[in-house]
Amino acid sequence: MTDLERGTHQGAGPQGAGPQGSGPGISRRGFLGGTAGLTFVVAYGAKGLSLISVAQAKAAGREVGAWVRITPDDSITIITPAAEMGQGSMTGVPVALAEELDADWDKVTLEMAPADPETYGYTRGGRKSMGIYGSLAVRSYYHQMRIVGAQVRKVLLQAAAREWGVDPVELTTEPSVVVHAASNRRMSYGEIAAFAEVPAKMPDVAKRELKKKAQFRLIGKPVPRHDIPDKVNGRAQFSIDVQLPGMVYASTVHSPVQLAEPKSWNEAEIAALPGVIGTVALDRGVAIVADTFEHVLAARDALEVDWAKGAAAEGYDSQEALDRTYAAIAEDQGAASKTIKETGDVDAAFATAAKTYKADFRSDYGYHAQMEPLNGVARFNDGGDRVEIWEGTQAPGRSRQMIAKALGFTPDQVIHHQQYMGGGFGRRSITDYTIEAALIARAIKRPVKMIWTREEDIAYGMFRPQTLQCLEAALDKNGRIAGWRHCVVGDGGRLTYSGIKIDLYYGIANQHIEQRGISHGIRLKHWRAVAHPFNIFAIEGLVDEMAAEQGIDPLEFRRQRMALTAKARRVFDAVERMSDWHAKRPEGRALGLSVTERSGSLGAGVVEISLDRRSGKIRVHKVWAAIDGGTIVQPEMARHNVESGIIYGLSSVLKERITIQNGIVEQSNFHDYEVLRMSEAPEELHVEFVERDTKPTGIGEIGNPFVAAAVANAFHALTGKRLYHMPFTPDRVLQALEA
Amino acid sequence: MVAFNINGKRVSVNAEPDTPLLWAIREHLKLTGTKYGCGAGLCGACTVHVNGKAVRSCQTALYEVDGARVTTIEGLSPDSSHPLQRAWISEQVPQCGYCQSGQIMKAAELLKRNPKPSRDQIVAHMNGNICRCGTYTRIVAAIQRASREV
Repeated sequence: MTDLERGTHQGAGPQGAGPQGSGPGISRRGFLGGTAGLTFVVAYGAKGLSLISVAQAKAAGREVGAWVRITPDDSITIITPAAEMGQGSMTGVPVALAEELDADWDKVTLEMAPADPETYGYTRGGRKSMGIYGSLAVRSYYHQMRIVGAQVRKVLLQAAAREWGVDPVELTTEPSVVVHAASNRRMSYGEIAAFAEVPAKMPDVAKRELKKKAQFRLIGKPVPRHDIPDKVNGRAQFSIDVQLPGMVYASTVHSPVQLAEPKSWNEAEIAALPGVIGTVALDRGVAIVADTFEHVLAARDALEVDWAKGAAAEGYDSQEALDRTYAAIAEDQGAASKTIKETGDVDAAFATAAKTYKADFRSDYGYHAQMEPLNGVARFNDGGDRVEIWEGTQAPGRSRQMIAKALGFTPDQVIHHQQYMGGGFGRRSITDYTIEAALIARAIKRPVKMIWTREEDIAYGMFRPQTLQCLEAALDKNGRIAGWRHCVVGDGGRLTYSGIKIDLYYGIANQHIEQRGISHGIRLKHWRAVAHPFNIFAIEGLVDEMAAEQGIDPLEFRRQRMALTAKARRVFDAVERMSDWHAKRPEGRALGLSVTERSGSLGAGVVEISLDRRSGKIRVHKVWAAIDGGTIVQPEMARHNVESGIIYGLSSVLKERITIQNGIVEQSNFHDYEVLRMSEAPEELHVEFVERDTKPTGIGEIGNPFVAAAVANAFHALTGKRLYHMPFTPDRVLQALEA
Repeated sequence: MVAFNINGKRVSVNAEPDTPLLWAIREHLKLTGTKYGCGAGLCGACTVHVNGKAVRSCQTALYEVDGARVTTIEGLSPDSSHPLQRAWISEQVPQCGYCQSGQIMKAAELLKRNPKPSRDQIVAHMNGNICRCGTYTRIVAAIQRASREV
C-alpha cells in the first residue's frame, strides 16, 4: 500500500500543528482511515487518466495514486486534482466523476491530490501537468473524470450482479444505490464496498456508455462549493496560516530596481535588533529572519542594502518608453517583428480599399493584487535531505520541480502540501516566493514562514506588460472589412499577443498581425487572460470607431460588415436581447459593446455607464454578458467566475496602473495601486450561458477581456470622444473630453 | 505582556505593546481566520471587533486592547450559525475567501447597529473592504438576506 500512502499523506495538513484550520488537503476522514471498503487507484495510460488495478499498474511498471474510495458507511472520498484559488475547480472537476459514478454528492468528501502530475495531471502539448491556469481545469479534466467515474460505477454494478446472481445489464443506479428493479432489490454503494474487491483488471468504458445530458443529476445543476463553509468561519487554511512547532518568521527585501543583486548590508546592526535570528543572502534579495513577524517587520525598516549596479531595469522610465520608444519601434520599418498571423493579401486590400481606418491604443502595466501576499512555509528534516513545503500554487508539479532544482534536490525530496490560494490570477504559477522560503529554512536550520509584505509583493511584482497597439482596417467598396493590420509593441513575448487573433468571431480575408518586442528588465507574468485585455480593447475599439464613422449601429455593423462566425452571432444575439440593446437609456447613460474569445469560449458584453464630467469619473452601472462556454458543468460557479472576471476587468480598466520611474516601481500599496471597491462596482451583473452540448471550454478568464472596449465604446456613445489609453483614469477622461 | 479577552477567553500576549494586534492574533494566538492583506489599513482583510466596534487589527497596537473584549471571525459564532455566515453560504459569496473574514466582521458591525440597512448604507459601510475576486454584488445580497432574517 505504499503507493496509496504516497498518494495521501502529501495532501495532509501540517503534521503536529494541531487541529487548526482546514486546508484543501485535509479531509474529514483520512483516505486510509478505514481498513474496509474499496479504494480505486488511478494511473496514467495511453489514453490519458484512467483507473487501473494495482496489479495492472505493477505489471506495467507504473506509479499509481489513490483516486476514489468508498467505505461501508457509504462515504465516498474523491481526490481532486484542481488547485483552488476561488474559481471553484476543486469542486467542479470531481463533480464530473461523481456524475458518472452516480454518487450521492452529500456523501462525497474531497481531498486535494498530491503534487504529482505523472499520476494526477492532464495531458497538454504531450506533457502531463497539474497547472491550473489559462482556464484549464474543468475543460482539461472533464472527459477523463467522467470515464473514471463510469469505471467505478461499472465495478459496483458487476459486484452487485454477482452477489444477486443477475445479469449486470438488469441493474440501474440511483445516487449511491444499485437497483435491481425486477426483484425490487437495492444495495447502497457502501454495502457493496463492504464485500466487493477491486477487480484485477478494471473495466473499460467507451464514450457512448457515458450518461446523456438528460440523465445528469449533478452536471449543469447547482452543487454547493466544497470550500465555502470553511471560508465563512476562518477555518480555511491558506499557506500564510500554517503553524509549525519551532517555526520562525522571515521576509525578503528585494532591490527597488528589480533584479539587482545585494552586495552588502548592515548585517551586524540588524542581527542586534530584538528577536532577530539573522539575515540570509539570496540571489536577488536579503531575507530577515526573526522569532516573530513583528520583529521581522521592525528589522525590515532598519535594513540598509547596497545593491549592485547594472541591473537591466536601471534608469527605466515606463511612461517615456510607452509615449516615445514604442511609437518609434512601431514606425521603424526595419524593427524586428514576429508575424502572428498572415493571410490573404493585406497590401492589396489596403491599396484597393474604399476607405481605411487607423488608430493607436495604449495600456499600462498591471499588477495581480491577489489578496493574500505571496508567502510560503518550509521545513527540512534533520538530515537536511528532505523538505516539506506548504504553499498555494497554481502549478503544484512545476513548483515541486522548481523548488527541488533550487535546492539541488530531486523532486522526490520535496514533499508538497497544497493550500488554498488567496487569489492567483496567474501570479501563483511561478513559485519564486516559496523557493525563497526553502532557501531561508535551509540556511537558518529552522522551519520558516516567509511572507512578502504587500509593498514587496508590488515592488517585486511580475506585471502584465504595457503595450502600444497600432491598428488599421480597410473597407472594400461594399463597406465590408477586407483588410486588417494589428501590430502590438511590448516586452514579454507571448505575454503581449494572446487574444490578438480575431478568427473565432470575425472572418476577414486579408490579415497581417505582428508583435514587436523590447526588453526593460522588468519581471512580467501571465495576468488574468494574459494579453487579451489590451488586445481586445484595441480590436473592439477600432471596430466601434468604424461603425460610428459609417453611421451604423455597432451591433449591426458587426453583423453586416465583419463576417461574424456562427458562434459569434449567437452570443451577439443573446447579449442584444439581454441588454435590450436598442432601447433608449435614461439621460446621461449610454451603452457600449464588445466581444472576446478566451480558452475556447466566446463572450459578448454590454455595459451601461454614466460620467461625472467634472471629476472625470466613469461609473459602470450595469453589465450584461452572454457566454458560450460549451457544456457548463457548474452553472452557478461558472456565473460566479464570470462575474469575478467582469469586476477584475473593470478594476483594471478604470483604475489600475503600475508605472516605473528611474527603474523603480512607483506604487507601493492599495492607496496608490487602487482596485475597484464596492461603491464602484456595478449595481447589476447579468451573465447568461448560451447553452450548447459541446465539451466545456474555459470560464475563468472570459469575463474580463471585453470590459475595456465596452466601457470605451460606451464613453464614445455618451460623449462622442474616444479613450485610447487604459486605464481610463479621471485625468485621462478629462483630457479626452477636452480633445 | 498585554491581557485581554478574545472570543470569550482571557488571554495574555507576550509581545511589545506596539505590536500590531493582527500579528498577536494570527501568530501568537494562532487565530488565523483574521488575514493580513496590506498592513496599512487600506483593505480591511484584518477587521476584528474591539469592544463591539470593527477595527483594522493591522492598525491597532496591542496596548490599545489591554483589558478589552476582542472578537475575531472564530468567535462570531461557535458553529457558523451567525445570520451573516448562513447568508454567506446561501449566496455562495466567497471565491478565494481570503478577504471574507474581514467582510463578515465588518458587516456584523453594521447589522448590530442597523438591522435593516438600505443598499446605500451597506455600500457606504463596506466600502473599505476590498474583495479582489469581485464578490461585491453577492456580499450586498448576503447582507440583505441576513438583514431579512434577523
